Amino acid sequence: MREKIKIASGQGFWGDLLDAPVRQVEGGEIDYLMLDYLAEVTMSIMQKQRARDPGAGYARDFVPLMREILPRCVEKNIRVTANAGGVNPPACAAAVADVARELGLSGRMKIGIVIGDDIMERIDEFLSRGIELRNMDTGEPLSSVRASIQSANVYLGAQPLVEALAGGAQVVITGRATDTGLTLAPLIHEFGWRADDWDRLAAGTIAGHIIECGAQASGGNCQYEWESIPDLANVGFPIVEGSPDGTFVITKHDGTGGRVSVPSIKEQLVYEMGDPHEYITPDCVADFTSIQLEDAGADRVRVHGIKGKPATAFYKVSISYSAGFKAVGTLVYSWPDAYAKARAADQILRARLERLGLKFDLIHTEFVGANATHGALAGEPDRDAPEVQLRVGVRGSDRADVERFTKEIAPLVLTGPPGVTGFAGGRPKVEEIVAYWPALIPKTEIETRVEVLEV
Amino acid sequence: MNDVARWENEGGAVIKLDTRRQKSLSTMKVQLVKLAHARSGDKGDTANVGLIALRDEFYPLLVSEVTAERVKHHFEGICKGTVERFELPNIKALNFLLHESLGGGGTLSLMTDAQGKTLSTALLRMVIEIGDDEARSLGLQ
Repeated sequence: MREKIKIASGQGFWGDLLDAPVRQVEGGEIDYLMLDYLAEVTMSIMQKQRARDPGAGYARDFVPLMREILPRCVEKNIRVTANAGGVNPPACAAAVADVARELGLSGRMKIGIVIGDDIMERIDEFLSRGIELRNMDTGEPLSSVRASIQSANVYLGAQPLVEALAGGAQVVITGRATDTGLTLAPLIHEFGWRADDWDRLAAGTIAGHIIECGAQASGGNCQYEWESIPDLANVGFPIVEGSPDGTFVITKHDGTGGRVSVPSIKEQLVYEMGDPHEYITPDCVADFTSIQLEDAGADRVRVHGIKGKPATAFYKVSISYSAGFKAVGTLVYSWPDAYAKARAADQILRARLERLGLKFDLIHTEFVGANATHGALAGEPDRDAPEVQLRVGVRGSDRADVERFTKEIAPLVLTGPPGVTGFAGGRPKVEEIVAYWPALIPKTEIETRVEVLEV
Repeated sequence: MNDVARWENEGGAVIKLDTRRQKSLSTMKVQLVKLAHARSGDKGDTANVGLIALRDEFYPLLVSEVTAERVKHHFEGICKGTVERFELPNIKALNFLLHESLGGGGTLSLMTDAQGKTLSTALLRMVIEIGDDEARSLGLQ
C-alpha cells in the first residue's frame, strides 16, 4: 500500500478556468485528478442536448481537455475521476476513447463508466409504486410537477468509482456522482478502506468537500486578508495529500499563486454547510464539528480527528422541471440624484406593465450601487452616487407576457427620467426557468453498473 | 447546540432580543467585520452563512452575542423564514441557516445574488456591544 497519494482538484464547476487541470497535471507530481462538472441546472441542459442528439448530453469541454492531458496522464499514471458524463456517460466515454486512439494510446489505457444514476425513465414506475419523491424542502409530492420534469438523477457515491478504479480505469467517467465521491473513491481504492469504516470515509468526504470548489480553498474568494493573497492570476488549485489513516494535508503546487492556510480552509469548510454534525453523502455521514486543522508550513494545512457515522438508507435525487419564464432588464442612471431617478423609472415601468395587463408571479426591482446585495443593511442610498443601475426582473408562466416586458425597458430612455444609458445590449432575453426538485429514494431501488472499456 | 429563532414581523409574537450576558456598565460597539470573516452559499431558498472568528479568543463573544434571534433581526426584510444556528467550536465558527432568503432560490430567483454569496459580508455589518473590560482584554481598545 502506498503511504500517501495526491489528489488534485482541476475544476470547481462547469465553466471554471479551462487551463487549471492542465496546470495540475504539469505543475508537479500528482496521482489523481478530480474534475467536477455538474450543477443541478447542468443536468437539464444536457438532457435537452441528448433529446436532440443521442450522442450528446455530457460536458463537452472534457473531451478537448483529455486530448491535451491524456498522454501525460498515461505516462505518469495519473488517473482521472470526473462526473463529466452528464446524462450520457457512455457517449462521453466513446468520445474520450476516440481521442485516446487518435493519440496512439490504444492498448495502453482503460476508461471506466459508471451507469445507473439516470432515473428519468423510471419516474412513473416509482410514483405508481408509492415512492412519492416528495420535495425535501417543501414536502410537495412530485406528481404536482410530473408533466414538467426534464431530468431526474440520483447522486451516486464513491463505491462505483472504486469498482472502476479496481478494474484498471485510467479515466473514470460518471453521470450524477457526488463531488465528494470523486475524491473519496481514489482514497478507498488505494488504502483499501472498508465500506463501514465511517471515520475514514468521513475524512475522505471532507477532503473532497474542501477541494470540490477548486481555488475557493486556496485563496480564491477568500475574505481573510484578501489583499495580501499573492498572484491570484496564477492561482494554484488545491491538492489533497491523503494518508491511509484518514488524515490528510491540503496543499498546492510550488510556484503557484493563491494561499492555502487555516483561514482559507475554514472558509471553504463552512461553504454551503447545513447541520455541521450531519453532512450526509451516499457514502457516510460526516461530522464537521470533529475536524481539526493545523498549520503544517507554507501553503500546507493538516486535517485530522474526523469522525463519521453510518450512511443513510437513501440516495438524494436531483430532479429538474420547467417552471415558467423570466427576464431581467437593466438601465443605468447618472448623477445627480441617480437613485431617485432609477426609482422613478421603476415606478413608471411598473405602471406601464400594469396598464398592459401583464401577469407575473413576481416583479423584483434592485438598485445596483445602492442595495442589490445587502438590501436595507446598506443604509440610505447616497444622493451623490455617481450612478445607480436599475435592475428589474419578472417571472411568470406566460412566455408572451415575459416577452412583452422585455420590450418596455429601452423605451424608458426617451420616455422616463433623464441622465440614463446602458441599453446598448438590446432587449433582455427571455429565459426558460428550469427549477430544481430535491428528493430522497431508498438505495435499494437503484442499481449501478460499472463498465471498463479497453481503448 | 442549535437554537431556532422565529421572528414574526406582522402581528405575531415578539421575541425579546436582549438575551445577552450581563454587561459592565460601560460598553463599546464593535462591528463584526473586526471580529470575524465569513463565507456564504445556498441550498435552494436557504442561504448559509459561516461566521469564523478572526482570532480564537473572539469565538466566545460570537457565541454569546451573535444569536439566531439577533441574526434574524439583522436580516429583517431579507430573511423571510427562520434562522438556525450551529456551533463549530473546533474551527471557532458559527453556521447560520437563513431560510426563505433567496427569492425562491436557484434558477427561480430574480435576485442579483440568487446564491446568497454576499450575505456573508452582510452579516459582517452587524454591530455588537462589548463591555469595556472585555474589549480591553481582547485588545479591541
